[in-house]
Amino acid sequence: MMNALLRFGAAALAVVSLASIAATVDAPIKPQPLKSGLDFSGNEVRDLQQDDFANPGMLWVARGEKLWQEPAGEERKSCASCHGDAPVTMKGVATRYPLIDPGTARLMNIEGRIQQCRERRQHAEPLKYESPELLALTSYVAHQSRGMPLNVSIDWQNRHNFDAGRALYFKRLGQANLSCAQCHQDNWGKKLGPETISQGHGVAYPIYRLDWQTMGSLHRRFRSCLSGVRAELLPQGAPEFLDLELYLAARSQGMAIETPGVRR
Amino acid sequence: MTARIQAPSTAKRGEVIEVRIAIQHTMETGFRVDEAGRPIPKNVVNKLVCRYNGTEVFRAEMGSGVSANPYLDFFTVADASGELVFDWIDDEGTTGSERVTLTVS
Amino acid sequence: MLALCAWPSIAARAADVPSDSAETMIVKLTGGKIVSEGRVKLELPLLADNGNSVSLKVSVDSPMTPADYVKSIHLYGPKNPRPNIANFYLGPRAGRAQVTTRVRLGGTQRVMAVAALSDGSFWSGTADVAVTVSACWDAS
Repeated sequence: MMNALLRFGAAALAVVSLASIAATVDAPIKPQPLKSGLDFSGNEVRDLQQDDFANPGMLWVARGEKLWQEPAGEERKSCASCHGDAPVTMKGVATRYPLIDPGTARLMNIEGRIQQCRERRQHAEPLKYESPELLALTSYVAHQSRGMPLNVSIDWQNRHNFDAGRALYFKRLGQANLSCAQCHQDNWGKKLGPETISQGHGVAYPIYRLDWQTMGSLHRRFRSCLSGVRAELLPQGAPEFLDLELYLAARSQGMAIETPGVRR
Repeated sequence: MTARIQAPSTAKRGEVIEVRIAIQHTMETGFRVDEAGRPIPKNVVNKLVCRYNGTEVFRAEMGSGVSANPYLDFFTVADASGELVFDWIDDEGTTGSERVTLTVS
Repeated sequence: MLALCAWPSIAARAADVPSDSAETMIVKLTGGKIVSEGRVKLELPLLADNGNSVSLKVSVDSPMTPADYVKSIHLYGPKNPRPNIANFYLGPRAGRAQVTTRVRLGGTQRVMAVAALSDGSFWSGTADVAVTVSACWDAS
Protein backbone atom coordinates (compact mmCIF):
# COMPACT_ATOMS: atom_id res chain seq x y z
CA MET A 1 0.00 0.00 0.00
CA MET A 2 2.73 2.42 1.07
CA ASN A 3 4.86 1.38 -1.91
CA ALA A 4 1.96 2.03 -4.31
CA LEU A 5 1.37 5.46 -2.78
CA LEU A 6 5.05 6.34 -2.98
CA ARG A 7 5.24 5.15 -6.57
CA PHE A 8 2.12 7.15 -7.40
CA GLY A 9 3.61 10.22 -5.69
CA ALA A 10 6.88 9.83 -7.56
CA ALA A 11 5.05 9.44 -10.86
CA ALA A 12 2.91 12.52 -10.14
CA LEU A 13 6.01 14.54 -9.25
CA ALA A 14 7.69 13.42 -12.47
CA VAL A 15 4.66 14.44 -14.52
CA VAL A 16 4.50 17.84 -12.84
CA SER A 17 8.24 18.40 -13.38
CA LEU A 18 8.00 17.40 -17.05
CA ALA A 19 5.04 19.74 -17.48
CA SER A 20 6.97 22.69 -16.07
CA ILE A 21 9.98 21.91 -18.26
CA ALA A 22 7.63 21.68 -21.23
CA ALA A 23 6.23 25.13 -20.35
CA THR A 24 9.67 26.74 -20.48
CA VAL A 25 10.61 25.18 -23.82
CA ASP A 26 7.34 26.37 -25.41
CA ALA A 27 7.64 27.30 -29.02
CA PRO A 28 6.66 30.92 -29.78
CA ILE A 29 2.93 31.38 -30.15
CA LYS A 30 2.49 31.78 -33.88
CA PRO A 31 -0.40 33.31 -35.74
CA GLN A 32 -2.13 30.87 -38.06
CA PRO A 33 -1.60 31.06 -40.95
CA LEU A 34 1.63 33.09 -41.11
CA LYS A 35 1.05 36.08 -43.38
CA SER A 36 3.44 38.68 -44.74
CA GLY A 37 2.86 42.35 -43.99
CA LEU A 38 2.09 42.74 -47.68
CA ASP A 39 -1.17 40.87 -47.12
CA PHE A 40 -2.28 43.75 -44.91
CA SER A 41 -1.06 46.51 -47.20
CA GLY A 42 -2.81 48.37 -49.98
CA ASN A 43 -2.13 47.80 -53.67
CA GLU A 44 0.25 50.74 -53.83
CA VAL A 45 2.61 49.28 -51.24
CA ARG A 46 2.34 45.79 -52.72
CA ASP A 47 3.04 46.99 -56.25
CA LEU A 48 6.01 49.02 -55.09
CA GLN A 49 7.63 46.12 -53.28
CA GLN A 50 7.08 43.68 -56.11
CA ASP A 51 8.59 45.92 -58.79
CA ASP A 52 12.35 45.71 -58.32
CA PHE A 53 12.92 48.98 -60.12
CA ALA A 54 10.15 51.03 -58.55
CA ASN A 55 10.90 49.65 -55.06
CA PRO A 56 12.59 52.62 -53.35
CA GLY A 57 14.42 50.23 -51.02
CA MET A 58 16.44 48.98 -53.97
CA LEU A 59 18.22 52.34 -54.01
CA TRP A 60 19.71 51.36 -50.67
CA VAL A 61 20.52 47.87 -51.94
CA ALA A 62 22.26 49.50 -54.92
CA ARG A 63 24.24 51.73 -52.58
CA GLY A 64 25.09 48.70 -50.45
CA GLU A 65 26.44 46.96 -53.51
CA LYS A 66 28.80 49.89 -54.07
CA LEU A 67 29.83 50.13 -50.41
CA TRP A 68 30.57 46.40 -50.37
CA GLN A 69 33.44 47.11 -52.77
CA GLU A 70 34.71 50.26 -51.08
CA PRO A 71 37.91 49.99 -49.02
CA ALA A 72 37.52 51.45 -45.56
CA GLY A 73 39.45 52.08 -42.39
CA GLU A 74 43.10 51.72 -41.56
CA GLU A 75 43.23 48.33 -43.17
CA ARG A 76 41.89 49.78 -46.45
CA LYS A 77 39.88 46.60 -46.75
CA SER A 78 36.43 46.39 -48.26
CA CYS A 79 33.76 43.87 -47.32
CA ALA A 80 34.65 42.15 -50.59
CA SER A 81 38.29 41.78 -49.51
CA CYS A 82 37.24 39.13 -46.98
CA HIS A 83 33.77 38.13 -48.08
CA GLY A 84 34.20 38.09 -51.82
CA ASP A 85 31.13 38.10 -54.01
CA ALA A 86 28.12 38.89 -51.82
CA PRO A 87 25.47 37.10 -53.92
CA VAL A 88 27.48 33.94 -53.28
CA THR A 89 28.91 34.35 -49.80
CA MET A 90 25.98 36.17 -48.21
CA LYS A 91 23.30 33.87 -49.63
CA GLY A 92 21.39 32.35 -46.73
CA VAL A 93 23.18 34.42 -44.10
CA ALA A 94 20.17 36.55 -43.13
CA THR A 95 18.07 33.43 -42.51
CA ARG A 96 20.14 32.64 -39.42
CA TYR A 97 20.03 36.03 -37.74
CA PRO A 98 19.88 37.14 -34.99
CA LEU A 99 22.40 34.68 -33.59
CA ILE A 100 24.88 34.33 -30.76
CA ASP A 101 28.22 35.75 -31.80
CA PRO A 102 30.81 33.14 -30.82
CA GLY A 103 33.42 35.80 -30.09
CA THR A 104 31.37 37.77 -27.58
CA ALA A 105 28.70 35.20 -26.63
CA ARG A 106 26.12 37.94 -27.21
CA LEU A 107 23.06 38.06 -29.38
CA MET A 108 23.78 39.87 -32.59
CA ASN A 109 21.74 40.96 -35.59
CA ILE A 110 23.00 41.82 -39.07
CA GLU A 111 23.48 45.49 -38.20
CA GLY A 112 25.55 44.43 -35.21
CA ARG A 113 27.63 42.07 -37.30
CA ILE A 114 28.37 44.79 -39.86
CA GLN A 115 29.23 47.26 -37.10
CA GLN A 116 31.56 44.69 -35.53
CA CYS A 117 33.33 43.92 -38.81
CA ARG A 118 33.72 47.61 -39.45
CA GLU A 119 35.24 48.35 -36.07
CA ARG A 120 37.27 45.24 -35.34
CA ARG A 121 38.35 44.07 -38.76
CA GLN A 122 38.36 47.11 -40.99
CA HIS A 123 39.35 49.44 -38.13
CA ALA A 124 37.03 52.00 -39.61
CA GLU A 125 34.65 54.48 -38.09
CA PRO A 126 31.61 52.81 -36.59
CA LEU A 127 28.36 52.98 -38.52
CA LYS A 128 25.33 54.23 -36.62
CA TYR A 129 21.85 52.82 -36.84
CA GLU A 130 19.75 54.56 -39.50
CA SER A 131 22.87 55.94 -41.16
CA PRO A 132 22.64 55.66 -44.95
CA GLU A 133 25.68 53.37 -44.98
CA LEU A 134 24.48 50.90 -42.35
CA LEU A 135 21.02 50.76 -43.92
CA ALA A 136 22.57 50.22 -47.34
CA LEU A 137 24.89 47.41 -46.21
CA THR A 138 22.24 45.71 -44.06
CA SER A 139 19.73 45.84 -46.93
CA TYR A 140 22.30 44.54 -49.37
CA VAL A 141 23.27 41.61 -47.15
CA ALA A 142 19.71 40.66 -46.21
CA HIS A 143 18.63 41.01 -49.84
CA GLN A 144 20.96 38.16 -50.80
CA SER A 145 18.65 35.85 -48.85
CA ARG A 146 15.43 37.17 -50.36
CA GLY A 147 12.94 34.36 -50.89
CA MET A 148 14.72 32.03 -48.47
CA PRO A 149 12.91 30.87 -45.32
CA LEU A 150 13.90 32.32 -42.00
CA ASN A 151 15.58 29.63 -39.92
CA VAL A 152 16.84 30.64 -36.50
CA SER A 153 17.26 27.98 -33.86
CA ILE A 154 16.54 28.38 -30.17
CA ASP A 155 18.97 26.42 -28.05
CA TRP A 156 20.69 26.59 -24.70
CA GLN A 157 22.83 29.54 -25.83
CA ASN A 158 20.04 31.93 -26.76
CA ARG A 159 17.26 30.47 -24.66
CA HIS A 160 17.38 33.31 -22.15
CA ASN A 161 17.25 35.87 -24.99
CA PHE A 162 14.23 34.10 -26.44
CA ASP A 163 12.47 34.06 -23.05
CA ALA A 164 13.23 37.75 -22.48
CA GLY A 165 12.00 38.59 -25.98
CA ARG A 166 8.81 36.66 -25.46
CA ALA A 167 8.20 38.29 -22.08
CA LEU A 168 8.59 41.71 -23.70
CA TYR A 169 6.24 40.71 -26.51
CA PHE A 170 3.47 39.98 -24.04
CA LYS A 171 4.20 42.89 -21.71
CA ARG A 172 1.77 45.79 -21.60
CA LEU A 173 3.64 49.04 -22.22
CA GLY A 174 3.12 52.75 -22.23
CA GLN A 175 0.24 55.05 -21.47
CA ALA A 176 -1.90 53.01 -23.84
CA ASN A 177 -0.97 49.94 -21.81
CA LEU A 178 -0.77 47.71 -24.86
CA SER A 179 1.48 44.78 -25.59
CA CYS A 180 2.78 43.70 -29.00
CA ALA A 181 0.62 40.59 -28.69
CA GLN A 182 -2.61 42.50 -28.20
CA CYS A 183 -2.34 44.00 -31.68
CA HIS A 184 -0.21 41.58 -33.64
CA GLN A 185 -1.25 38.27 -32.11
CA ASP A 186 -4.84 38.81 -30.97
CA ASN A 187 -6.09 41.38 -33.47
CA TRP A 188 -4.17 41.01 -36.72
CA GLY A 189 -6.46 41.49 -39.70
CA LYS A 190 -8.65 43.94 -37.83
CA LYS A 191 -8.69 47.70 -38.35
CA LEU A 192 -6.84 50.28 -36.32
CA GLY A 193 -8.12 53.53 -37.70
CA PRO A 194 -7.67 53.32 -41.47
CA GLU A 195 -4.97 50.67 -41.20
CA THR A 196 -5.25 46.90 -41.07
CA ILE A 197 -3.14 45.43 -38.28
CA SER A 198 -0.43 43.08 -39.54
CA GLN A 199 1.04 40.07 -37.75
CA GLY A 200 4.15 42.12 -37.03
CA HIS A 201 6.87 40.03 -38.66
CA GLY A 202 10.40 41.26 -39.22
CA VAL A 203 11.21 39.32 -42.38
CA ALA A 204 11.09 42.29 -44.76
CA TYR A 205 13.53 44.51 -42.90
CA PRO A 206 15.16 46.95 -43.46
CA ILE A 207 12.08 48.44 -45.11
CA TYR A 208 11.22 51.54 -47.06
CA ARG A 209 8.40 52.96 -45.01
CA LEU A 210 6.23 55.52 -46.82
CA ASP A 211 5.58 57.17 -43.48
CA TRP A 212 9.31 57.68 -42.91
CA GLN A 213 9.94 58.58 -46.55
CA THR A 214 13.14 56.61 -46.21
CA MET A 215 14.64 53.24 -45.39
CA GLY A 216 14.60 52.14 -41.75
CA SER A 217 15.65 49.30 -39.49
CA LEU A 218 13.52 46.84 -37.53
CA HIS A 219 14.60 48.56 -34.32
CA ARG A 220 13.31 51.84 -35.68
CA ARG A 221 9.99 50.12 -36.28
CA PHE A 222 9.98 48.92 -32.68
CA ARG A 223 10.48 52.54 -31.65
CA SER A 224 7.53 53.55 -33.84
CA CYS A 225 5.31 51.08 -32.04
CA LEU A 226 6.59 52.18 -28.64
CA SER A 227 5.78 55.79 -29.47
CA GLY A 228 2.37 54.66 -30.68
CA VAL A 229 1.55 53.23 -27.26
CA ARG A 230 3.22 56.22 -25.60
CA ALA A 231 5.97 54.21 -24.02
CA GLU A 232 9.57 55.27 -23.51
CA LEU A 233 11.67 54.61 -26.59
CA LEU A 234 14.74 52.43 -26.33
CA PRO A 235 17.66 53.17 -28.65
CA GLN A 236 18.31 51.03 -31.69
CA GLY A 237 20.66 48.19 -30.79
CA ALA A 238 19.31 47.92 -27.23
CA PRO A 239 19.55 44.38 -25.79
CA GLU A 240 15.79 44.36 -25.26
CA PHE A 241 15.29 45.01 -28.97
CA LEU A 242 17.70 42.24 -29.88
CA ASP A 243 15.85 39.81 -27.64
CA LEU A 244 12.57 40.89 -29.22
CA GLU A 245 14.09 40.50 -32.68
CA LEU A 246 14.98 36.92 -31.79
CA TYR A 247 11.49 36.18 -30.54
CA LEU A 248 10.04 37.63 -33.74
CA ALA A 249 12.42 35.56 -35.85
CA ALA A 250 11.42 32.36 -34.08
CA ARG A 251 7.77 33.34 -34.49
CA SER A 252 8.31 33.99 -38.21
CA GLN A 253 10.17 30.71 -38.71
CA GLY A 254 9.74 29.47 -42.27
CA MET A 255 8.60 32.79 -43.72
CA ALA A 256 10.46 34.09 -46.76
CA ILE A 257 12.80 37.01 -46.36
CA GLU A 258 11.53 39.98 -48.38
CA THR A 259 14.27 42.58 -48.01
CA PRO A 260 13.95 45.30 -49.16
CA GLY A 261 10.33 45.51 -48.01
CA VAL A 262 7.96 48.41 -48.61
CA ARG A 263 5.38 49.30 -46.01
CA ARG A 264 3.12 52.26 -45.42
CA MET B 1 23.34 60.73 -55.32
CA THR B 2 22.53 57.11 -55.94
CA ALA B 3 20.40 56.77 -59.04
CA ARG B 4 19.15 53.82 -61.04
CA ILE B 5 18.04 53.81 -64.65
CA GLN B 6 16.05 51.19 -66.46
CA ALA B 7 15.96 51.38 -70.24
CA PRO B 8 16.31 48.75 -72.94
CA SER B 9 19.85 48.33 -74.24
CA THR B 10 18.61 47.51 -77.75
CA ALA B 11 15.62 48.67 -79.78
CA LYS B 12 14.27 48.73 -83.32
CA ARG B 13 14.30 52.05 -85.18
CA GLY B 14 11.04 53.86 -84.54
CA GLU B 15 10.18 51.75 -81.49
CA VAL B 16 8.71 53.65 -78.55
CA ILE B 17 10.78 52.65 -75.51
CA GLU B 18 9.99 53.07 -71.84
CA VAL B 19 12.60 54.75 -69.67
CA ARG B 20 12.58 54.77 -65.87
CA ILE B 21 14.77 56.61 -63.42
CA ALA B 22 14.86 56.50 -59.61
CA ILE B 23 17.00 58.94 -57.63
CA GLN B 24 17.85 58.71 -53.94
CA HIS B 25 16.97 62.15 -52.56
CA THR B 26 14.99 63.31 -49.52
CA MET B 27 13.07 65.95 -51.50
CA GLU B 28 13.01 68.01 -48.32
CA THR B 29 9.82 70.06 -48.34
CA GLY B 30 10.94 72.86 -46.09
CA PHE B 31 8.00 72.21 -43.78
CA ARG B 32 9.73 69.75 -41.45
CA VAL B 33 11.61 70.61 -38.29
CA ASP B 34 14.55 68.73 -36.81
CA GLU B 35 14.76 67.25 -33.29
CA ALA B 36 15.71 70.64 -31.87
CA GLY B 37 12.72 72.26 -33.55
CA ARG B 38 14.74 74.07 -36.21
CA PRO B 39 13.17 74.21 -39.68
CA ILE B 40 14.93 71.98 -42.20
CA PRO B 41 15.48 74.05 -45.36
CA LYS B 42 13.70 73.10 -48.56
CA ASN B 43 15.82 71.08 -50.94
CA VAL B 44 14.26 69.19 -53.80
CA VAL B 45 15.48 67.90 -57.12
CA ASN B 46 13.86 70.68 -59.11
CA LYS B 47 14.89 69.80 -62.64
CA LEU B 48 15.70 66.65 -64.56
CA VAL B 49 16.59 66.55 -68.24
CA CYS B 50 17.03 63.56 -70.50
CA ARG B 51 19.04 64.08 -73.68
CA TYR B 52 19.17 61.51 -76.42
CA ASN B 53 22.34 61.97 -78.49
CA GLY B 54 22.43 65.56 -77.30
CA THR B 55 18.80 66.48 -78.00
CA GLU B 56 16.44 67.04 -75.10
CA VAL B 57 13.65 64.46 -75.23
CA PHE B 58 12.21 64.84 -71.75
CA ARG B 59 12.29 67.45 -69.02
CA ALA B 60 10.69 67.44 -65.60
CA GLU B 61 10.29 70.41 -63.27
CA MET B 62 9.56 69.13 -59.82
CA GLY B 63 8.52 70.67 -56.53
CA SER B 64 8.09 69.46 -52.98
CA GLY B 65 4.91 67.73 -54.13
CA VAL B 66 6.99 64.99 -55.71
CA SER B 67 7.66 62.13 -53.29
CA ALA B 68 11.01 61.49 -51.65
CA ASN B 69 13.34 59.38 -53.77
CA PRO B 70 11.81 60.72 -56.98
CA TYR B 71 10.74 58.23 -59.60
CA LEU B 72 9.97 59.04 -63.23
CA ASP B 73 8.75 56.76 -65.99
CA PHE B 74 8.46 58.23 -69.49
CA PHE B 75 8.76 57.30 -73.17
CA THR B 76 10.94 58.19 -76.11
CA VAL B 77 11.30 57.03 -79.70
CA ALA B 78 14.42 54.99 -80.47
CA ASP B 79 15.76 56.64 -83.60
CA ALA B 80 19.54 56.09 -83.57
CA SER B 81 22.17 54.28 -81.55
CA GLY B 82 23.79 56.40 -78.92
CA GLU B 83 23.41 57.57 -75.38
CA LEU B 84 20.61 58.67 -73.14
CA VAL B 85 22.09 61.16 -70.71
CA PHE B 86 20.23 62.17 -67.56
CA ASP B 87 21.14 65.32 -65.67
CA TRP B 88 19.43 66.69 -62.62
CA ILE B 89 19.95 69.41 -60.04
CA ASP B 90 18.54 70.20 -56.61
CA ASP B 91 17.81 73.50 -54.81
CA GLU B 92 21.27 73.44 -53.21
CA GLY B 93 22.88 73.19 -56.62
CA THR B 94 24.03 69.61 -56.22
CA THR B 95 23.95 67.91 -59.58
CA GLY B 96 23.70 64.30 -60.64
CA SER B 97 24.24 62.59 -63.93
CA GLU B 98 23.87 59.11 -65.35
CA ARG B 99 23.99 57.71 -68.85
CA VAL B 100 22.94 54.55 -70.61
CA THR B 101 23.74 53.33 -74.10
CA LEU B 102 21.15 52.28 -76.61
CA THR B 103 21.79 50.25 -79.73
CA VAL B 104 19.20 50.83 -82.41
CA SER B 105 18.94 48.51 -85.40
CA MET C 1 5.86 84.70 -16.06
CA LEU C 2 7.48 82.51 -18.59
CA ALA C 3 6.22 82.87 -22.13
CA LEU C 4 6.34 79.49 -23.77
CA CYS C 5 7.18 79.73 -27.43
CA ALA C 6 5.59 76.90 -29.38
CA TRP C 7 7.40 75.85 -32.52
CA PRO C 8 4.99 76.19 -35.41
CA SER C 9 3.42 72.90 -36.43
CA ILE C 10 4.09 71.56 -39.90
CA ALA C 11 0.52 72.36 -40.95
CA ALA C 12 0.83 75.95 -39.74
CA ARG C 13 4.12 76.44 -41.55
CA ALA C 14 2.75 74.87 -44.71
CA ALA C 15 -0.21 77.23 -44.55
CA ASP C 16 2.17 80.19 -44.21
CA VAL C 17 3.67 79.52 -47.61
CA PRO C 18 2.22 82.16 -49.92
CA SER C 19 1.01 80.43 -53.01
CA ASP C 20 -1.35 80.96 -55.85
CA SER C 21 -4.28 78.59 -55.91
CA ALA C 22 -4.28 75.87 -58.51
CA GLU C 23 -6.93 77.78 -60.46
CA THR C 24 -4.80 80.93 -60.60
CA MET C 25 -1.81 78.91 -61.72
CA ILE C 26 -3.78 77.28 -64.50
CA VAL C 27 -5.03 80.66 -65.73
CA LYS C 28 -1.42 81.88 -65.78
CA LEU C 29 -0.42 78.78 -67.71
CA THR C 30 -3.11 79.09 -70.35
CA GLY C 31 -3.13 82.86 -70.54
CA GLY C 32 -6.84 82.75 -69.83
CA LYS C 33 -7.58 80.35 -72.69
CA ILE C 34 -10.30 77.76 -72.21
CA VAL C 35 -9.20 74.40 -70.89
CA SER C 36 -11.29 71.58 -72.34
CA GLU C 37 -11.99 68.52 -70.25
CA GLY C 38 -10.87 65.32 -71.89
CA ARG C 39 -8.00 63.54 -73.64
CA VAL C 40 -6.05 63.62 -70.37
CA LYS C 41 -6.28 60.52 -68.24
CA LEU C 42 -5.07 60.80 -64.66
CA GLU C 43 -4.71 57.53 -62.79
CA LEU C 44 -4.27 57.51 -59.04
CA PRO C 45 -5.53 55.08 -56.41
CA LEU C 46 -8.95 55.92 -54.95
CA LEU C 47 -7.49 55.50 -51.47
CA ALA C 48 -3.87 56.38 -50.74
CA ASP C 49 -1.99 54.16 -48.26
CA ASN C 50 0.01 57.19 -47.23
CA GLY C 51 0.00 60.79 -48.42
CA ASN C 52 3.81 60.81 -48.63
CA SER C 53 3.89 58.61 -51.71
CA VAL C 54 1.03 58.08 -54.14
CA SER C 55 1.64 56.60 -57.59
CA LEU C 56 0.37 58.82 -60.37
CA LYS C 57 0.13 58.04 -64.07
CA VAL C 58 -0.89 60.73 -66.52
CA SER C 59 -1.46 59.99 -70.19
CA VAL C 60 -2.72 62.18 -73.02
CA ASP C 61 -4.54 60.91 -76.07
CA SER C 62 -2.28 62.26 -78.85
CA PRO C 63 -0.64 60.82 -81.99
CA MET C 64 2.66 62.44 -80.93
CA THR C 65 3.68 63.29 -84.49
CA PRO C 66 5.62 66.43 -85.40
CA ALA C 67 2.30 67.92 -86.55
CA ASP C 68 0.28 67.02 -83.48
CA TYR C 69 1.90 66.40 -80.11
CA VAL C 70 1.80 67.18 -76.42
CA LYS C 71 4.17 69.99 -75.46
CA SER C 72 3.80 69.73 -71.72
CA ILE C 73 1.77 68.24 -68.88
CA HIS C 74 1.20 70.16 -65.64
CA LEU C 75 0.13 68.49 -62.40
CA TYR C 76 -1.83 70.23 -59.63
CA GLY C 77 -2.81 69.19 -56.14
CA PRO C 78 -5.12 72.00 -55.02
CA LYS C 79 -4.93 71.05 -51.34
CA ASN C 80 -1.12 70.90 -51.32
CA PRO C 81 0.77 73.88 -49.84
CA ARG C 82 2.44 74.25 -53.25
CA PRO C 83 -0.31 73.20 -55.65
CA ASN C 84 1.90 72.87 -58.76
CA ILE C 85 3.32 69.42 -58.15
CA ALA C 86 5.37 68.96 -61.32
CA ASN C 87 5.56 69.86 -65.01
CA PHE C 88 6.69 67.50 -67.73
CA TYR C 89 7.92 68.71 -71.11
CA LEU C 90 7.54 66.20 -73.93
CA GLY C 91 7.54 66.82 -77.68
CA PRO C 92 7.18 64.69 -80.82
CA ARG C 93 10.20 62.57 -79.87
CA ALA C 94 8.33 61.20 -76.86
CA GLY C 95 6.37 58.73 -78.91
CA ARG C 96 3.82 58.39 -76.16
CA ALA C 97 2.45 61.13 -73.93
CA GLN C 98 2.58 59.21 -70.68
CA VAL C 99 4.46 59.88 -67.48
CA THR C 100 4.36 57.97 -64.18
CA THR C 101 5.71 59.31 -60.93
CA ARG C 102 5.00 59.30 -57.19
CA VAL C 103 3.56 62.39 -55.55
CA ARG C 104 2.86 63.78 -52.10
CA LEU C 105 -0.75 64.65 -51.38
CA GLY C 106 -1.51 66.82 -48.39
CA GLY C 107 -5.02 65.51 -47.88
CA THR C 108 -8.03 64.12 -49.71
CA GLN C 109 -8.43 66.11 -52.93
CA ARG C 110 -9.13 66.20 -56.63
CA VAL C 111 -5.78 66.05 -58.45
CA MET C 112 -5.68 67.83 -61.82
CA ALA C 113 -3.53 67.53 -64.92
CA VAL C 114 -3.47 70.10 -67.71
CA ALA C 115 -1.86 69.30 -71.06
CA ALA C 116 -0.65 71.92 -73.50
CA LEU C 117 -0.85 70.70 -77.09
CA SER C 118 1.14 71.78 -80.11
CA ASP C 119 -1.93 73.41 -81.67
CA GLY C 120 -2.15 75.79 -78.73
CA SER C 121 -5.09 74.06 -77.08
CA PHE C 122 -5.30 72.98 -73.45
CA TRP C 123 -6.93 69.82 -72.14
CA SER C 124 -7.46 68.57 -68.58
CA GLY C 125 -8.27 65.51 -66.56
CA THR C 126 -8.87 64.93 -62.86
CA ALA C 127 -8.82 62.13 -60.30
CA ASP C 128 -10.21 62.07 -56.77
CA VAL C 129 -7.94 60.60 -54.10
CA ALA C 130 -8.82 59.94 -50.47
CA VAL C 131 -5.74 60.32 -48.28
CA THR C 132 -5.65 58.80 -44.82
CA VAL C 133 -3.26 59.42 -41.94
CA SER C 134 -1.33 56.87 -39.90
CA ALA C 135 -3.11 55.00 -37.16
CA CYS C 136 -0.30 55.56 -34.66
CA TRP C 137 1.92 58.46 -33.77
CA ASP C 138 5.48 57.76 -34.85
CA ALA C 139 8.28 59.49 -32.99
CA SER C 140 10.95 57.02 -34.09
